[in-house]
Amino acid sequence: MEQYEIFEHDVLVIGAGGAGLRAAIAAAEAGLTVGLVCKSLLGKAHTVMAEGGIAAALGGVDPQDNWQVHFADTMRGGQFINDWRMAEIHAKEAPERVLELERWGALFDRTPEGKILQRPFGAHTYRRLSHVGDRTGLEMIRTLQDRAIQAGIDVYPEVTTTALLKDGARIAGAFGYRRETGRFILFPAKAVILATGGWGRIWQVTSNSWESTGDGAAMAYEVGADLRDVEMMQVHPTGMVWPPGVRGLLVTEAVRGEGGVLRNSQGERFMLRYDPQKKDLSSRDVVARAINQEVLEGRGSPHGGAFLDVTPLGADRIRQKLPNMYDQYLKLADIDITKVPMEVAPTVHYAMGGLRVEPESGATTVPGLYAAGEVASGLHGANRLGGNSLSDLVVFGKRAGECAATYSRDLPATLQVPRDVVEAEIVRVLAPFERDGNENPFLLHEELQATMQERASIIRTGEGLQKALEKILELKERSRRTRITGSRMYNPGWHMTIDLDCMLTLSEAVVRAAIARRESRGAHYRLDHPNKDPEFGKLNIIARKSRGEMTITTVPVPPMPEELARLFT
Amino acid sequence: MEEAILRVFRGDSNGGEERIYRVPLKPGMVVLDAIHYIQAHYDADLAVRWNCKAARCGSCSAEVNGRPRLMCKTRLDEFRGTDVRVYPLKTFPLIKDLVTDVSWNYQVARQIPPFTHKEPEGKPFIVHQVDVERAQEFHKCIECFLCQNVCHVLRDHEGQSAYFGPRSMVKIASLEMHPKDVLDRTGLLREKGGIAYCNITKCCEDLCPEEIHITDNAIIPLKERVADKYYDPLRALLRSLAPSRRREEST
Ligand code: SF4
Ligand code: SF4
Ligand code: FES
Repeated sequence: MEQYEIFEHDVLVIGAGGAGLRAAIAAAEAGLTVGLVCKSLLGKAHTVMAEGGIAAALGGVDPQDNWQVHFADTMRGGQFINDWRMAEIHAKEAPERVLELERWGALFDRTPEGKILQRPFGAHTYRRLSHVGDRTGLEMIRTLQDRAIQAGIDVYPEVTTTALLKDGARIAGAFGYRRETGRFILFPAKAVILATGGWGRIWQVTSNSWESTGDGAAMAYEVGADLRDVEMMQVHPTGMVWPPGVRGLLVTEAVRGEGGVLRNSQGERFMLRYDPQKKDLSSRDVVARAINQEVLEGRGSPHGGAFLDVTPLGADRIRQKLPNMYDQYLKLADIDITKVPMEVAPTVHYAMGGLRVEPESGATTVPGLYAAGEVASGLHGANRLGGNSLSDLVVFGKRAGECAATYSRDLPATLQVPRDVVEAEIVRVLAPFERDGNENPFLLHEELQATMQERASIIRTGEGLQKALEKILELKERSRRTRITGSRMYNPGWHMTIDLDCMLTLSEAVVRAAIARRESRGAHYRLDHPNKDPEFGKLNIIARKSRGEMTITTVPVPPMPEELARLFT
Repeated sequence: MEEAILRVFRGDSNGGEERIYRVPLKPGMVVLDAIHYIQAHYDADLAVRWNCKAARCGSCSAEVNGRPRLMCKTRLDEFRGTDVRVYPLKTFPLIKDLVTDVSWNYQVARQIPPFTHKEPEGKPFIVHQVDVERAQEFHKCIECFLCQNVCHVLRDHEGQSAYFGPRSMVKIASLEMHPKDVLDRTGLLREKGGIAYCNITKCCEDLCPEEIHITDNAIIPLKERVADKYYDPLRALLRSLAPSRRREEST
């Protein structure tokens, strides 16, 4: 039988983006041994792609701002299917977390008085986003990475986890392999924190990096955790359109935050029509559908998008405030954004749905399993406000780390890792080398992306979703016949077979949930049910594995207490 | 359809060979797109690191026609009419194909004392934009290690035990020039860090994808700090007073 290495920790964190790093730091500072597993090298996680800023009601530039306003903006943006308690905790704790980053070495842009500068962003009432030009995510990840290294965390870079292990009902660890050698590793741990991010790679046009394949959510689903509102996938209004190789690459909302405006091919500022109040800084779902509509009605840009113009800002300011955007367009699209407008179109960006967690602790429905960041759900509801994800990572990463640490410490029993499950997992993961078959995992992935793009993206219908579901089930069948050649050493084809399983699980959940939500709300738009339905406004959609099958149920959205509800009257 | 011809190194620590692939060209295509095409259509086991495909994560470093570059930022139309040779970074031990073992860089990073300040608890920092900008330049580093790869000191294996390399100098500069940092890392720079080994050839600065002025803004000022501290104590004293003066003005 296969050998495997064994590394035991009190707390195991899977994923080393902002949430995973913050969780690992919290658990280590609580005095526990912590393992941190990441699919890439340390510091490369998708968080580095976050551009615009981190939202927190510091009130540094707009003193009227406070947590209540941030809370209300978040709930309104989420169209009230968010978990109010998460939105409350987030709004209250985000300022502390931002100041903590500063005390750990992050260098945010400053106001003339030397305070942290905050920029306006879509659907935030006040100027609220602390930032570093347009590379805020990089600043955050580097700060946390340095801190994590000093905290004595054991890092396992380039390790893919393929399964969570349970002892009875409780989590007992995780299993995976080193990408470099293909050798297996067992991580016994009393508590596991998932911080594995989203699943944007199941769509064709996406701003997400290759890592966003939904591994954590899929593994948790397999051991019985609930997925909540996964039909809610944020489509960011502005991604690059041309050239083809960069289609979907993010164009930060900070472009509009700094004063950039959207125009159609007739030069019209069309957002004035769709949202006369918030205009170009309306919420993301509104702007994305507006661009889509302009293109459908024949007023699109040459490559099927809209124009986004920052030229009035002047070359100096553009290069200071949007250096990455400037560089990205110049190098990849031969366009100088200080002279001509960019071309932009919607791109799949962020999973607002995800694992159902307790608001205080990030505990999933499986004892010992925690989740934080994009893989979790509840804060963003039907539409996430820009900047609320970076703050989400640190607020709930810290909490998950602390709560998982307490759980791990207080759990008296020693857990047994079930051998037979480990052995079955080894067989499953190695199957693509052994079995007969002629399917190519990369091409199956492309087929999946095409289907999701066409039928489960910005505009959906019941009929189209049904077809998507059939296609996904067909791809699932075919994915059992993928065949891989070569060795187990750093073999991307093999890695893709594992990622593909996760992506198919998530696709199925997204589509089934989208079929179940027969209304339009936030990011989820159904042409056959174009309006909001107040009944659905009281429901979260749950996908769960029961008796080997995916089942869809609903649970009531937790009702807001009186004193918070008053903020909306 | 127009094609690009890629000559890609395939192999591992036991040796390898160049393999030739024909890839259909699309407008604006980058080297990494071609590598992905090869994976999907010819060799699924071609090993490559990448994450963002947007020049943000610093994963996809390789030597393209002999020059260290990010594959996701290197356009194929640059090479019209010539074959494109894609090889792994030379300075680091080969794992497989285009993937090398860069763990040494992370080991060095662990030896650098972290940001340390003496500000009172619970009070947000007051610092001015002009003061943060200097260090912000260094915070742009995406840890692509192209500079480490090109530095002739590190190319020679002995050098890796003598000198931390340009990326680490950028890191140390970011800490030393952080307006609230209070540590002195000149001893580290002079001894273990081996800053004297750098003879300012600027090869690193020339290819930094983030256009960080590695030598001019990081290494040279750090060398000056070391020189002052060890050879000109008076200037060192004056210099050490300067930042605190700035601090007083700004609070
Ligand atoms: S300038 Fe110094 S660090 Fe840069 S490549 Fe030359 S010797 Fe190496
Ligand atoms: S300093 Fe420049 S070349 Fe060196 S690792 Fe950082 S980004 Fe790469
Ligand atoms: S893939 Fe991230 S820098 Fe090239």
